[in-house]
Amino acid sequence: MATYQLTINGQRREVMTDPSTPLLWVLREDLKLTGTKYGCGVSACGACTVHVAGVATRSCMVPVSMIGDRPVVTIEAIGQDPVGKVVQDAWVSHDVVQCGYCQSGQIMSAVVLLKHTPNPTDQNIEESMGGNICRCGTYPRIRQAIKAAAQHLQ
Amino acid sequence: MIRSRTTGPRSLIVVCAAFVVCLVASPPQAEQSPASPSADRRSDGLAAWQQVYMVLTHQRCINCHTATNYPQQGDDRHRHFANVVRGPEGRGVPGLHCATCHQEANADSTGAPGSHNWHLAPLSMAWQDPHDQLLSSAELCRVLTDRSKNHDMDGSALLQHHAEDKLVGWAWEPGRGLNGLPRTLPPLSRPQFADATRRWVEAGTPCPPGQAGE
Amino acid sequence: MSAASTAANDLLLSRRTFLRVSATAAGGLLVALYLDGPVAAQEASQAPPKPQIYPPDAFVNIRPDGTIVIQVNRLEFGQGVHTALPMLLADEMDADWSQVIAELAPAADVYKDPRVGMQMVGGSGSIAHSFQQYRELGAKTRAMLVAAAAAQWQVGPQQCRTEASVVHGPSGQSARYAALAAAAAKQPVPAAVQLKDPAQFRLVGQAVRRLDSRPKCDGSLKFGLDLDLPGMMTAVVAHPPVFGARVKSVDDKVARSVEGVREVFEIPLAHGTGVAIVADKFWPAKQARDRLQIDWDLSAVERADSAQLWAQYTALARTPGHVAVARGDAQALAGMASGNRVVAEYHFPYLAHSPMEPLNTTVRFDGDRAEVWAGSQFQTVDQAAIAEVLGLQPAQVTFHTAMAGGGFGRRATPDAHVQREAAAIAKRLRGTPVKLVWTREDDVQGGYYRPMHVHRIEIGIGPDSMPAAWHHVIVGQSILGGTPFAAMLVKNGVDATAVEGVADTHYTIPNFHVSVHHPTPNVPVLWWRSVGHTHTAFVMETLMDELAARAQMDPIAYRRKLLDPTATKLRAALDLMEAKSAAWRRKLPTQHAVGIACHASFDTGVACAVEVSIENKRPRIHQATVAVACGLAVNPLTIESQFQAGVAFGVSQLMAKGAITLTDGRVEQRNFDAYTPPYMIDAPVAVDVHIVPSTEPPSGCGEPPVPVIAPAVVNALAQLTGTRYRSLPLVAI
Repeated sequence: MATYQLTINGQRREVMTDPSTPLLWVLREDLKLTGTKYGCGVSACGACTVHVAGVATRSCMVPVSMIGDRPVVTIEAIGQDPVGKVVQDAWVSHDVVQCGYCQSGQIMSAVVLLKHTPNPTDQNIEESMGGNICRCGTYPRIRQAIKAAAQHLQ
Repeated sequence: MIRSRTTGPRSLIVVCAAFVVCLVASPPQAEQSPASPSADRRSDGLAAWQQVYMVLTHQRCINCHTATNYPQQGDDRHRHFANVVRGPEGRGVPGLHCATCHQEANADSTGAPGSHNWHLAPLSMAWQDPHDQLLSSAELCRVLTDRSKNHDMDGSALLQHHAEDKLVGWAWEPGRGLNGLPRTLPPLSRPQFADATRRWVEAGTPCPPGQAGE
Repeated sequence: MSAASTAANDLLLSRRTFLRVSATAAGGLLVALYLDGPVAAQEASQAPPKPQIYPPDAFVNIRPDGTIVIQVNRLEFGQGVHTALPMLLADEMDADWSQVIAELAPAADVYKDPRVGMQMVGGSGSIAHSFQQYRELGAKTRAMLVAAAAAQWQVGPQQCRTEASVVHGPSGQSARYAALAAAAAKQPVPAAVQLKDPAQFRLVGQAVRRLDSRPKCDGSLKFGLDLDLPGMMTAVVAHPPVFGARVKSVDDKVARSVEGVREVFEIPLAHGTGVAIVADKFWPAKQARDRLQIDWDLSAVERADSAQLWAQYTALARTPGHVAVARGDAQALAGMASGNRVVAEYHFPYLAHSPMEPLNTTVRFDGDRAEVWAGSQFQTVDQAAIAEVLGLQPAQVTFHTAMAGGGFGRRATPDAHVQREAAAIAKRLRGTPVKLVWTREDDVQGGYYRPMHVHRIEIGIGPDSMPAAWHHVIVGQSILGGTPFAAMLVKNGVDATAVEGVADTHYTIPNFHVSVHHPTPNVPVLWWRSVGHTHTAFVMETLMDELAARAQMDPIAYRRKLLDPTATKLRAALDLMEAKSAAWRRKLPTQHAVGIACHASFDTGVACAVEVSIENKRPRIHQATVAVACGLAVNPLTIESQFQAGVAFGVSQLMAKGAITLTDGRVEQRNFDAYTPPYMIDAPVAVDVHIVPSTEPPSGCGEPPVPVIAPAVVNALAQLTGTRYRSLPLVAI
């Protein structure tokens, strides 16, 4: 057991947990932030994606002991980010979701894409979003929503 | 490996002296003794190169020295899962950077390898062909010693890279995989690898003859 | 009006229930579950069943602030019923849609599927079965509100009209639904109501956005796995490495030493036994499980092996099985020259559903009652199973339906095995809520797969290039065998779900003979989104393509010529697809090909054209044009979504790592790295969906998208490579 001081969504939070615990489970169970999802636990699906110091990070793979004081942003707070809000709105206006379980991760990945590449091509979208699984298959609408969000952000 | 030949005490002293000279990191000098022509030096160097080649083509090294737009993983060198791609700087792409999963150290509890500055070797340092086939010993040697491809590294820079670079060093502390088992190690220890590199460099980084694919 | 508690939980699935199956005019199967008691007499006399009266107050709650809460009688797991069913009710009710909230109803008798008689989602039946029901509920609610207003105003109900949650009287009076709710609740529930003429619909038929979108985009929507209760513990179970094996001995010393672990104990499973670990949180539970040393008794279980099964199945496919269809002259084929024959053998592997949200159930057992939270497709069955494990009556089990992250059939299990595990653990931890979590590894390795299949077909081609004789043998496990559904859907040794899509084909094939073998290897199997159609459509549609090529006919024209004239939905879909794809099909880039497929399932006709090229040795699907004949389109936006996304789901069958394989009894794949679902690059880039206009009652859209895509893509590939792919998944092109 060890104590960690984390910066989560702009707030300082303290948790006491086993150092090997992935950030995902610290978020979900210690901090009750369940918007970040467990889909596979081996970083193959992206449902656990958060931002760590601005980098899209698969929180199921990173033990909490490796986070340090890098700021963490989760789906619960991304709507306060101007790009995050536009992406969420695009997701809603394009009726992207089906079961919705993967969409936190999809949105967090899309936000990082758009922050780096404001005018993404189809290839940019496929490469950046290409590691997120949507079992329902909402990929066509995810593409459309990203393009719409990019347009809105011009 | 030094090819065995008749040695006398004077040759032994000469060999030891040569070793000491190398430890002081001065430019390698061929030791001339009445019984060691430059052909011997070359063949020693080639023998040392073979050892270096064995390490370079081990999975822990070659999986990131790909000629494609993706890394490999596993002892069977399959394409890395989740469609991760090289990206413009070998660090992946926004949303799917190497750092999206790989941190500064191995995460054994989750199976993610990690080290300082995790990223792909540049395409100029691809040690495979675009069909994921290993380059031959001759071809890889040529690539490695081509200063227009290897970030202008001379022999001593190569030696330093092999002996000291943190990411290179990960190959000998690769952590545990998803199955909980430790990842397999290169056939030589790092000190042995560094030593083989040194001997190869001292011999003038000779490359075996032959075309690609031999 | 307040939601009434439904006391009638006694009418649950019991051993004396039985199913009556009849054919519908459209050619599908209507499964009606009739319960015991008074109905039995009716059955004996073959009289039609009495219509059920559903109390509106169990479905609609009008709050004082005007919010209208509508209960959805089945799980929402992506298909969109959470929006579409309330649309039906709200439209008939003339409710203000902006005030509507939908909730997933708990398990209760009143929420049973009106046609099937159990609370469930599956068979693409949600809209089809509850279309009339939800409309009536809305109309009755409206009638009662109007009656209340009319009484207050001393006018006749027929003098009133309604709009957007307001009743308007003949002389300018008006009253909000919220203000009338209490009085309306006292009105008698009308036995019969006038439903709207479709021309009067305001919502139905419109592209209405989902009600659950925003909370699914901001992290606020709670799925079953997200549940957090005071004092809750988390459990994982170590399952046997071979199905049905039992624990011989356990060394749990190291496991127990993990901080946070509370209990470690053996539990019975649906097959064999396992070891449960209960901990404060998930991670310590998983860590502890990884440190368990279990000695398994494998002596009494068969070790299924894929290589052996292929050999066995292939041999069986060369022998006649239980007859499903015997039409015409069984000897016709023998009389046809070998040059006019096509012989084909197909292989289909086990498939896992792998919904994105791994299976989970939370149970709290309090001795004389229990409370359950689960994203369940089968509430009636699950509630009864949990009750049985806990020694309770179902009525003593409060069963909350959680939103689920996908299902595809995996969350509907006749043996309720996950729920039974959860109940067994909760029983031991009486008073403490326990959340059982299946990890992704548990999911991939845990069985309940779409069965393996081999098909062997011999076709005799007539002088008109059409099939003149067709012998078809299917080999695959029976999904329904051993379940309560077997009684009605396994007849004469034939599991209907194994032959659907072939036995009931809409192609006019004389001298048609279909038989099936149902081996019983030790692998649990289950219905996987579109069930039998997953493999039968692939066989039929790739064979049609081959036959069209042999006949040197356009693949669409060939199908049109061969289709039964009464297959109106399928023909309409084919025609619409042809029209909508004509422009791009005529202008293909080089190295691109078109693939065609059409198939009817769950009473819905679907046709698609895909544009495919080969990139990096994989099929790249540039676009798909899909046409659907599904009767009235309740929410065309949802239907479009189902088809855009459902064809991406259908690509699962083509993925190079899209097979579950077993060696010496053990499943070889553990997680998505080795059993890989489609990612964005594997799915069609763009899908345009076209719905055949219709006022017929709606038929399903949940499963129909799936069967057409794999054959369409493979038909395109055949043109690019010259190879007919008859073995899935597509490992190498």
